[in-house]
Amino acid sequence: MTNVGELARGVLAGDRRSIARAITLAENDSAEAQKLIAAIYPHTGRAHIIGLTGPGGAGKSTLADKLVREYRKKGKTVGVVAVDPSSPFTGGAFLGDRIRMQELSTDVGVFIRSMASRNYAGGIAKATKDAVKILDAAGKDIVLVETVGAGQSEVEVIKVAQTVVVIHAPGLGDEIQAIKAGIMEIADVFVVNKADRENANKTVMDIQSILQLSSGGSWKPPVLKTVALTGDGVSELVDKLEEHRLFLEKDSENRMRLLKAKAEAELTEAIKERVLGSIMENLKKEGKLGEYLQKILKREKDPFSAAEELLKEKGLE
Amino acid sequence: MPSEKKIRVLIAKPGLDSHDRGAKVVARALRDAGMEVIYTGLRQTPEQIAETALQEDVDVIGLSILSGAHKTLFPRIMELLKEKGLNDVMVFAGGIIPEEDVSGMKKLGIREIFGPGTTTETIIEYVFDHVSK
Repeated sequence: MTNVGELARGVLAGDRRSIARAITLAENDSAEAQKLIAAIYPHTGRAHIIGLTGPGGAGKSTLADKLVREYRKKGKTVGVVAVDPSSPFTGGAFLGDRIRMQELSTDVGVFIRSMASRNYAGGIAKATKDAVKILDAAGKDIVLVETVGAGQSEVEVIKVAQTVVVIHAPGLGDEIQAIKAGIMEIADVFVVNKADRENANKTVMDIQSILQLSSGGSWKPPVLKTVALTGDGVSELVDKLEEHRLFLEKDSENRMRLLKAKAEAELTEAIKERVLGSIMENLKKEGKLGEYLQKILKREKDPFSAAEELLKEKGLE
Repeated sequence: MPSEKKIRVLIAKPGLDSHDRGAKVVARALRDAGMEVIYTGLRQTPEQIAETALQEDVDVIGLSILSGAHKTLFPRIMELLKEKGLNDVMVFAGGIIPEEDVSGMKKLGIREIFGPGTTTETIIEYVFDHVSK
């Protein structure tokens, strides 16, 4: 049995083994993980949480590596959560983001954790939020969350990150692609990586023209150019990220609104999970679930009516 | 709803050997068997491997080596794992490790050596049977 109190103390002291084991606990979703998060939650809220998302092949991992190095030069400690997709068929995953960052493994100021999505939709894993909290509570100044190579609808990262960086590369899609809702809307900073390629400037212009069309808020997302392989443009990127962090801090009205929305979303999800979990467990125990499944299979009842009846029986409607 | 516990495996290539086809084959096979496999690429130092195992909280480490440097690298890796308190991690190795070196490696704590010709099924089965959970 894990001693949650001890583990929490280890996390707060920044002990790497404790951080690692705490994240594993969060991934396996035991009731123990809840206790752990409860213990460390008061110590979260200090880190700058940055989400890195964008289509596969744009260079997220390579850029993440360079970003970490730049932050380390500035004396900041960094946590990285790199998410890769789980196979919907086998449940397994090949977690290869770390390959691009391996030199950083032995830097004590950096903690890198690879995470499988475990088929959670939206580009991150269910436990990603908890992993971020753990790294935050452990004292990391910056927490980078690298999402699954995203298409246009993997936008869950906005629920975790304060600053979202959308990374593109020339040739991964034309202007029309850029207009599609979702990923283009969530960016606080746009990066065109592989900017040494011929059509890089066109990609920058494409994104800028889309941005001109949208009604802005008070933060105008900049479009930066980087060459992650060489590190070109990374220092400017870090400056922009810092600028955004300061902007968030100053714009307290907006910030409060966002924080409230995040808190509400998390609370709602937590309530949903508990309620659903206990109802389903109950139904299974009483054998009601099997009974209604049979009715659905025999087409005697449709799923919605079945749900209505079941909940009415339990006095929940 | 609780997420299923997964076996986390680190596939590592210590030293200067640049042939990773075998390591990748094993990595993919373990993934297809439902495990979460972290592959860290070529030319890993013992320090990098041990620290990765700690941060990733892996259950299993598979060391792949074809350069013959196992007698130098493996003891260092096992020593570092012990130093970091990773005593529960199951370590196996594969690649080119001569028969006469196998017992020496096992004495270090490496549970099994899978030489050329081993089927991925054998490795998968071994991991499922011997991982400490």
